[in-house]
This record gives sequence, C-alpha cells and structure tokens, in this order.
Amino acid sequence: MTVRVRMPRFAAMATVSALALSLAACGGTTKDSASSNGNGTAAGGQASANPNAPIKKGLKIAFLPKQVNNPYETIVDNAGIAAAKEYGGEAKEVGPSDASASSQVSYINTLVQQRHDAILIAANDENAVCGPLKAAMAKNVKIVAYDSDTAKDCRNLFINQASSEEIGRSQVKLLSDQIGGKGEIAILSATANATNQNTWIKFMQDELKKPEYSGMKLVKIAYGDDDDQKSFQQTQGLLQAYPNLKGIISPTTVGIAAAARYIGGSKYKGKVTLTGLGTPNQMRQFVKDGTVKQFALWDPKNLGYLASYAAAALASGQITGAEGEKFKAGKLGERTVGANGEVILGPPTVFDAKNIDQYNF
Amino acid sequence: MKFDARGLIRWETAVTALLVLVFVGGAGVSPDFANGDNLSFALGDLSEIALIALPMTLLVVCGQVDLSVASVLGLCSALTGWLWNAGWAIETIIPLVLVVGVVCGLINGLLVTRLGLPSLAVTIGTMTLYRGLAYVVLGTEAIAQFPQRYTDLATTSVPGTPIPYPIALFALLAIVTAVVLHATGLGRSLFAIGSQEDAAYFAGIRVKRIKLVLFVVSGVVAGFAGIVFTLRYGSARADNGLGLELTVIAAVLLGGIDFDGGKGTLGGVIAAVLLIGLLRNLLMLNDVSTEIQSIVTGLLLIVSVLTPRLIAVVRESRAKGGGARPASPAPAASS
Repeated sequence: MTVRVRMPRFAAMATVSALALSLAACGGTTKDSASSNGNGTAAGGQASANPNAPIKKGLKIAFLPKQVNNPYETIVDNAGIAAAKEYGGEAKEVGPSDASASSQVSYINTLVQQRHDAILIAANDENAVCGPLKAAMAKNVKIVAYDSDTAKDCRNLFINQASSEEIGRSQVKLLSDQIGGKGEIAILSATANATNQNTWIKFMQDELKKPEYSGMKLVKIAYGDDDDQKSFQQTQGLLQAYPNLKGIISPTTVGIAAAARYIGGSKYKGKVTLTGLGTPNQMRQFVKDGTVKQFALWDPKNLGYLASYAAAALASGQITGAEGEKFKAGKLGERTVGANGEVILGPPTVFDAKNIDQYNF
Repeated sequence: MKFDARGLIRWETAVTALLVLVFVGGAGVSPDFANGDNLSFALGDLSEIALIALPMTLLVVCGQVDLSVASVLGLCSALTGWLWNAGWAIETIIPLVLVVGVVCGLINGLLVTRLGLPSLAVTIGTMTLYRGLAYVVLGTEAIAQFPQRYTDLATTSVPGTPIPYPIALFALLAIVTAVVLHATGLGRSLFAIGSQEDAAYFAGIRVKRIKLVLFVVSGVVAGFAGIVFTLRYGSARADNGLGLELTVIAAVLLGGIDFDGGKGTLGGVIAAVLLIGLLRNLLMLNDVSTEIQSIVTGLLLIVSVLTPRLIAVVRESRAKGGGARPASPAPAASS
C-alpha cells in the first residue's frame, strides 16, 4: 500500500525537478541572440613577437593525435618528437584510443596540469576541444593545431598539410607532364559529397581552363566511394567507356591503389597514365612495375617536423600567431604565418621510382 | 538496513578505502593531482556517468539493466543540436528533449513490463535503435555555438569550490536517490523485487509499475545527461557518449550492487564513480597509456564482482561446517 502512494510522488518529483531546472532561466536564448558568443579570447596577438628570440631550452611539448596507434598519425608525431630533440626540447605523444569527439578533452586538461609549454592537436571535433583549449591558452600554453583544425579562436596556429588549391592544381600539372598535355582524362574520386575531394576537383577543373591545358579534355568524374572493390570496378568501367582515355587522376588513397591494381593487370598498362594522391607503401609495387610513374601526397614527417618547430617558436616568443610573422623551421627553412594563423607545409611531395624507397608510410 | 555483524569487509567499504587511498596516494605521487583545477576537471568529466549511475543503481537493485542510456544521451544531444540549429530557444529545447527521454524510457519499460521481455535484450535493441535515430537526426554533422550562459553552467564550478555545477546537481539528486533507496518503503520494495520477484509480487508490491517508472526515470536522466554533455563540450553530435553505458554499469557493479539484484548500497556506487574518475585522472597525469588504463579498470571490475562471491562462498562453506548458522543472503546461490 505504501508503495502505491509513493510511486507517483517519486515520479512527479523527478519530472518536476527536471522541468524546473530547464525553465529556471526564461530569458529566451536562441541561436540568433547568442551568435556573438564564441569569440571569447582572441588567439594570439596580445603579446608582441620577438623574431630574434632564441628557442628556449627544455621546452615541454606534447602531441595529441586524433587517436593513438593510427599509423599515419604516429609518423607525424614521431617526426615532431624527433624535431624537438633537435632544438633541445622534450616532446611526447599522448591520446585516446578512440577517435570520438570528446575523448581528447581529458588529455588537454592533463597536459595543462603537467605544465606543458605547448600542445599540438589534431582535433576530432573542432568545437568539442575548444573550451579546454581556451582555458589552456589563458594559462599561457601555446596551442598548435595540425592535420585537422580546431575552431580558429581555440588555437594559436594551424599547420595545414597543403592548401586545397595547390593540391588541385598540382594534380593536373602532374598528369599533364606525363601525357604531354594532350588527350581525354577522367577523375576517380571518393564519395560524391566528400568536401575535400570536391574542393580539389573544383580547382582541377579551373586549372584545366588555362590555355596550356587546352589539349586535355575531362570526360568523366567517377566515384569509387573510397571502397576498394567499387573503385576497381569504376576504373574498369572508365577504360571501357572511353577507349581514347589517356589519363586518370585519383585524388584518394583508396581509389588510386584500386585503379593501379586494375591497370597493372590489364592491357591498358603503359598506355593509360594514372596519378593522384597515395601513400608510398601502398603504391610502391605499382611504381616499381611501371604501372604508375608519379603520384603525390604531403610528407607526414615534414608535417610533424614543421608543427613541432612552430610550437617552439610560439613558446619562445618568436611569433604570436599573427599574419605575416616569420619563423625558422629547422631544415625546412623559413615559414610565414598566413591568414587565420595558418602555416602551409608546402606543395605536396611527388613520389616516383627514384625517391619512393626513402619513405615508409 | 540490517547487515551481518561479520560484514565488516563489506565491498563498498573496501571501495571507499580504495578511493581514499587513490586520493591520498595521488596527492603524494603527483603534485598536479590534488589541486582545485584538476579535481574540478576530473569531477566535471564524470558528470554524465554520475548522473546516469543513479537511476541505473535503482534498476540493477531491481534486477534490471538499461543498456540504452548512452544512446538516449546521443539522441537527446543530436536533438538539442538540431533544434538549436533550427532557431529554437534553449529554454524550449530542454523540456522537449526531456520529453523525448521520457518516451525512450517508456518504450523500454513497456517492452519489459507488458511483453515480459528481459531488460538486457530489450535495451540492447533500443540501444541500437536510439543511436540510429540520433544519426537520422544529425548524421555526421556537429552543431556548435551554444549560448555561453548555458555552456558556462555546464563547465564552471560552484564559486569557491572545485565542484562543477552538474556535479553539484548530481550531489542533490544522489541524496534524494539515497533516501528513496535506503529509507523508504519504495526502496525496500526495490530490494525485494531484486531478490525474489515473485515473492515481492505476492507480497503486494506493484512490480511492473515500479519497473516501468524506473525505466522512465532512467530515460529522462539519460536525456538530461545528453543536454549536459552537449553544453559541456559545446558540440552536439549523434555519436556523443558512445560506449558510456558500459562505464556506468562498471561503476554500479564496482560499487557493490549485485548484478542479479537485491543487494548493494548507493554509497558504494558513488564511491565507485569517484574512484573510476580519479584513478583515470591519476593514471593520465602519470602518462599511463589508454590501453593500460582500460586494463586497470577491467581488472578492478573483475575483482569487484569476484570478491563478494568468494567471500560468500567461504562463508557458506564455513556455515555448513559449523552447523546451524543463519546464512546472510547468499548471492552465490543464484549462480
């Protein structure tokens, strides 16, 4: 009996308290009324830069990748850690084992507690890490985003592997050089709505409008959905549908490998040129057997190396992250901070039979 | 609240002792551990787990489990973001999202009580279903730029203390839950249902209704945790809180609640939640890798489930040898 009386009261209590909580502030906060928020602390710019300051000794920096044990990120981070040794700093890699939005947050707090001078982060979610990063910057910890950016006001710098424009335009040039600027060409992309792929393709199409490429004609953009099997079939389809096809650009690591596998085993080997973005380990056999002459990708080692030096330059006061500032990045030479605190690694590295064995990733 | 006199080695006492040990040891080992900033962060990091652990404790005491909580959290986070993006006021979004939490809990509860299905199976199903719905709402998009007033509420601490607001709220709700579980007829009914459901039914306890209400409470708290999660990270996503249900259940079991129902205290669960959070924080501060962190949590959990069983087995065999001694409720009997 007692139970029957108490049940509704308990349920009501839970509901009422929850509702009361939600209705506590009845100001009416909508997206529009709050749109000014999010520009709390300005990234850099408050301190003045001293380009001649020496790199401080014993800087403590940490790499926080999207996920540990990811082969690509391990290469980037290890190169950054090695760079720190060059300038007399101490660096390490820590991070979550899953690439979820929130999993990096506790690591940011930990690194701040451990009094690191700079945190380098490849963000899983550009906003989820923002609050803790701003708190870190307020404690004078320098934040460098690399590989995958955070919201702009939550970091001092973003080290961009390559500009989208440069990637798109250089792919066309790469193919043109190999086919002598003449003939029908096709693109084998990932999914039809992949933002980065579509941006690159737009720049490729724009590049093709230049007079020096007037002999080249883009006949088809195919989508392999970053699925090995599907990319393989799409390549087969392209070559059958366009018998005069001279070249294919596949700006995706899955697509280029699948296309190379098809071409390498078909009568088109040596007749159709394939290029795009791929990793050396994936493409090594196709370069060695002559299926592919040249392809490109940014060098992940240089990305980590540059990010490491950028963090050191920030923590030593050489730069603050403002546009136009310059710093020396070891063997990579001098770099300039661009708009929005971006530092671009540079043109993608082109891999061919001569240099491919120097890379292992 | 009758305990065996020999029950000095109650598991929840051991967990509390371990918690104190981790705290004191941590403060000694790592200078960065026991300061306000770090503790505030470590506590804040537990917000959703702690909140959801309260109704989960009640459910497990009752012999039930709700595996869909993290998916309800994700669905409610996605809805919060979607409505916010559509220009709704946050004051309208919160009650609406809580209603969705109620509905999710109601579906779980009705499937369990009306169709008589085991809660483990039902909530494995709705776990996938609700997560799927979350992706339908938001896809892989992330919605950000929530009002600072609310994100501050989720991230800042009560002035003068290292206690973040969501944890302060948890403390209040924990007191309410503790009173309900340990000092009311309803609480006794929960233990009764957990140890012998049929007996409880024949004793006049409205078993189905109680279970239904517990699932609804679990749903609404998970929904609320979804809002807290969204505001705390300032990011609404369909994959928010993925896998969180396992941490919550781990905390409940580590806290000494018997998975077969009918045994345990809320105090033990609260100590376990804090232990998991502080231990994780301490391991991280000492650069222990994530893999080792999961191994430590896993081992702790196995020990926590195993030890009370072993104690019970030892006790029982002694009782048999020593003649007629009234056995305290022996959990080993059910396995």
